[in-house]
Amino acid sequence: MREFVQLFTRLDQTTKTTRKVELLVDYFGQANDQDRLWAIAILSGRRPKRSVKSSLLRQWAASLAGIPDWLMDDSYHVVGDLAETIALVLRPPVRTQNRSLTEWINTVKGLALLTDEEKQEVILSAWESMTTAERFVFNKLITGSFRVGVSQKLIIKAIARFEEQEENAIAHRLMGNWTPDTTDYENLIRSSNPADDDSRPYPFYLAYALEAEPATLGSPDLWQIERKWDGIRGQVIVREGEVYVWSRGEELVTAKFPEFHPLASLLPDGTVIDGEILPFKDEKPLSFNVLQTRIGRKNVTKKIRESAPVILMCYDLLEYNGEDIRARPLGERRALLEQLVAGVTEPGILYLSEVLEINDWSEAVDARAQSRENLSEGLMVKRMDSAYRSGRKKGDWWKWKIDPLTVDAVMIYAQQGHGRRANLFTDYTFAVWKGEELVPFTKAYSGLTDKEFKEITSWVKRNTRERFGPVRSVKPEQVFEIAFEGINASSRHKSGIALRFPRMLRWRKDKPAGEANTLADLQQMLIQYG
Amino acid sequence: MQDGFKKDDLLQFTERGIWCPPADIYIDPWRPVKRAMITHGHSDHSRYGHDSYLCTTQAAPAIKYRLGDINLQTVDFGKRTVINGVEFSFHPAGHILGSAQIRVAYKGEVWVASGDYKLENDGLAEPFESVPCHTFITESTFGLPIYDWKPQEEVFAAINDWWRANAAEGKVSLITAYSLGKAQRIIQSLDTSIGKIYTHGAVENMNEVMRAQGVPLAPTTRVTQEIAPKDYPGHLVIAPPSALNSSWIKKFKPLSRAVASGWMSLRGARRRRSVERGFVLSDHVDWKDLNAAVDATGAERVIVTHGYTNIYTKYLNEKGILAQAAQTEFSNEGDDVKEESAESGKTES
Repeated sequence: MREFVQLFTRLDQTTKTTRKVELLVDYFGQANDQDRLWAIAILSGRRPKRSVKSSLLRQWAASLAGIPDWLMDDSYHVVGDLAETIALVLRPPVRTQNRSLTEWINTVKGLALLTDEEKQEVILSAWESMTTAERFVFNKLITGSFRVGVSQKLIIKAIARFEEQEENAIAHRLMGNWTPDTTDYENLIRSSNPADDDSRPYPFYLAYALEAEPATLGSPDLWQIERKWDGIRGQVIVREGEVYVWSRGEELVTAKFPEFHPLASLLPDGTVIDGEILPFKDEKPLSFNVLQTRIGRKNVTKKIRESAPVILMCYDLLEYNGEDIRARPLGERRALLEQLVAGVTEPGILYLSEVLEINDWSEAVDARAQSRENLSEGLMVKRMDSAYRSGRKKGDWWKWKIDPLTVDAVMIYAQQGHGRRANLFTDYTFAVWKGEELVPFTKAYSGLTDKEFKEITSWVKRNTRERFGPVRSVKPEQVFEIAFEGINASSRHKSGIALRFPRMLRWRKDKPAGEANTLADLQQMLIQYG
Repeated sequence: MQDGFKKDDLLQFTERGIWCPPADIYIDPWRPVKRAMITHGHSDHSRYGHDSYLCTTQAAPAIKYRLGDINLQTVDFGKRTVINGVEFSFHPAGHILGSAQIRVAYKGEVWVASGDYKLENDGLAEPFESVPCHTFITESTFGLPIYDWKPQEEVFAAINDWWRANAAEGKVSLITAYSLGKAQRIIQSLDTSIGKIYTHGAVENMNEVMRAQGVPLAPTTRVTQEIAPKDYPGHLVIAPPSALNSSWIKKFKPLSRAVASGWMSLRGARRRRSVERGFVLSDHVDWKDLNAAVDATGAERVIVTHGYTNIYTKYLNEKGILAQAAQTEFSNEGDDVKEESAESGKTES
C-alpha cells in the first residue's frame, strides 16, 4: 500500500493536471495488475462495501487516542472528514506494515463477516502499524469515497497513455458495473473483445453552457435544436434480449423504471438510446418534482407508477444493430433513431425529442423564452454533423438554459463545510419575511468565491447568536440573491415550498435585511411557475 | 482583605485588555491605556496608542520598528519590577525572539499570562521556561488533538527537499511565513548550498531589525524591481502569506508555492490555499505541548484565551483542572491572519 499512499500524497500536492497524469502513469508502471486495477476502481468510486459504522470508528479512535468521545466529535467538526480526523488524533504507530493495496482491500472487504469486537481488533491493529498518511487512506477505504482531485477524465488519460490506447476506448471500457471482483485488469483494459458485458453503457456526451450570442454559431441550418428536458439523463440498452437502464451518474437503474422493461422485446438487440427519463402524463411532461418522489423509493409500487409515470424522451442513437455508430454524423444517427422509434408498436414508452424548426436565431430566442411553459430547462443546440463524443467537450453541443428564478433572502443559520471547505462557514439556511417573522425556506452551499466564504466566515464568528452543535444561528442581517431552477409546493417544509437547485447568485451587501423578499412573493412564484 | 483585593481577580479581563487592578497596568491591551506590558511584537498583542510600554530587551527592536516613536522601556528576562507592591517578571515564551510570559505575584498569589508560546526550542527564540503559578492564562490556537507537530528538523528537511527538487527543475520556490519570527526561523534552517534566499520587503525589514540586534541570519536578498525575473529560478523566496494573492508573485516563473503554517495540518486548508505544498510549522503549541505546559505550571486554575477556547476549557474541567474561557481580542486565527493584520498595520504607519 506504500506506493498507493505515496501516489495519493503526491496527487494531493499538485494542482496541475499534467503532473497528476504523470504521477498516475508512474504508479501504473510500478504496480502489479491487481493493485493497478484496484487503484483504478478506487479512484473511479468503486470502493468495497462499507461494513463498519462510523460511530464505532469514532469511538475506537477516541479510546485509542485517549480522548473523550465528545472531543473526537468536536475535532471531526473542525476537520470535516472522519477518515482524516481519525488519522490525525491517533498517536504515532508502534509498528510498520508492508502489505499491498490489494491485501489491505481484502482486509477491508473481510470486515463485513466479522463481529464488532473482531472488527475493532483488526482495525486497531491496522492503525497501530500505519503512518498518518497510511491511516488516512485506509480509513477512506473503510468509510467513503476518495476525492483526490482526480477526475474520471484524468484517470482515463493516464490509463490511455500507459496502455498506448485511445482515450475514448478506455473511457468506454471503464463504464458499467464492473468491480475488481468481477473482472481482471487484462480483461477490462486489454482484451480485444471488451463487449463481454452486455450492460456496459457508452460514456455520455455532455454539453457546455452557451455563453456567447447564438449568432456566433453561424447559420442555424448547421444546428439541430431541441428542448432541454428536465428529467434524468439516461441510456437505455437492449442486448441479448435484456434491457438495461443507466443514469448519467453511471448507476444501473433498470429496476426503478419498469416502464422500460417491455423494450427488451420491442427494440432489436444491439440498440443503445440516449435520452431523458421524464415524468410524463397526458402527452405532457410533468414537473421534475414528480420524478423526485419515486427516485428514492426502494419499491416502485403501482401507485407510484400511476402518480409519477415516466417515458424516455429520445435524443440520440449510439448503437444500431450491435454497431457502435457514435462516430457517424448526428443527422444520420437521428434518422436511424426516428426509424427505430417509429418501429416500436407499443405507445407511451418512447418519444422523440422534437427538433425545432428554426430558420433564424431570433426564432430560437423565442422558443427559449417559452421554456418554462413547456416545463423544459432551455434549448440544446447540436451541430448537425457532430459525432457523439465522450465527456464534456466544447464546440459541437451547447446547452442554452433559461435564466434562473431569483429571490433575495436573509441568512439565518450557518454551518461549516467539509473537505476543502472545512473550517469555513459555507452552508447557509435562508429565510424570507412573513410579517415580522423570518421563515426559513431553503439551504444553499454554492455560488460564492473562496474569498467571499472567508469574509462571511469571519462575519459569522462575530455575529453568532446561538450554537446548536455545528450549526450557528446568526444575526439576520446578510442578504443573498438566491437563484433556482424550479419551485414546487411541499408539505415537508415549513415554508410550504421546495426549490430546485438553489444556489447563491450574489451577496447583496447593498441590501438591508428588511428589503428581502417575502413568503407572499414566493407563493406568487409558485402559482406562476410551480 | 482590607483593600478589597480578591485573589481570584489579580488579573481581570476588561474591555481594554488584561488588567491588574492593584498595579493599574494592562497586559497586551487592545484599547489605549496608560501603562501596557507587552508579551511580544505581533500586532494583536502589541498595539498602537498606549502612553507607555514595557517589554523585554530582545522584543523591543521589532516593537519599536512596527509602532515607531513610542514611550518604551525594556526589562531583562527574569528581572523583577515592583509596582504598587505587585511583582512583575518576564519569562521566555519560545514563540519568537524576545517573546515573554508575564508572571504577576501579589500577596502570595501568582499568575502567569503566557501570551503566545511554544515549547520546542527553535534555535532563535529564547527557549520556553515553565513558570509555576496558581492561575495560568493560556492561548488555545491549536488546542485540539488533531494538531500534532513533528520536530522542526523533519519539517526543515522536507522544505529543503522541496526546494532542491524545484531547483533541479529550474523553478522558483516561494514559501510564505509570517514576517516576524517564522520567516527568520525558516531562513536559519535553509540549506543555502541549494541556492540564494530572496525576501519580500516585509520579511527583509524584520531581518534587518534582527541582524542589528546580533542574530546571525543567513544572507538574504531583498526582491526589488532591479532584479531580472530570469535571476530567480532555482532560488527560494520568502514572503508573508498576503503575498500569495497579490500580483507581486507574478515575476517568479516557473513557480512552486508553499505555505508554512500550523493550519497546513488539515487537508482542506491546504487545498483551499491551492498551493503545491503545505508545511506544518507553527510558533504555537500543539495539543501535546499545550497539555504539557498546563501540567508543568501546576496551576489550580487555567484561563483559556484565543483559539478553541470552549472546547479546551471543557476538556480541562473534565480532567479536574478548574478552567474558564475568557474573551480577548487576540487573533484566534493563529499563524496567517495575524500576519496579514501585521502587514496592514505596517502600511498605516
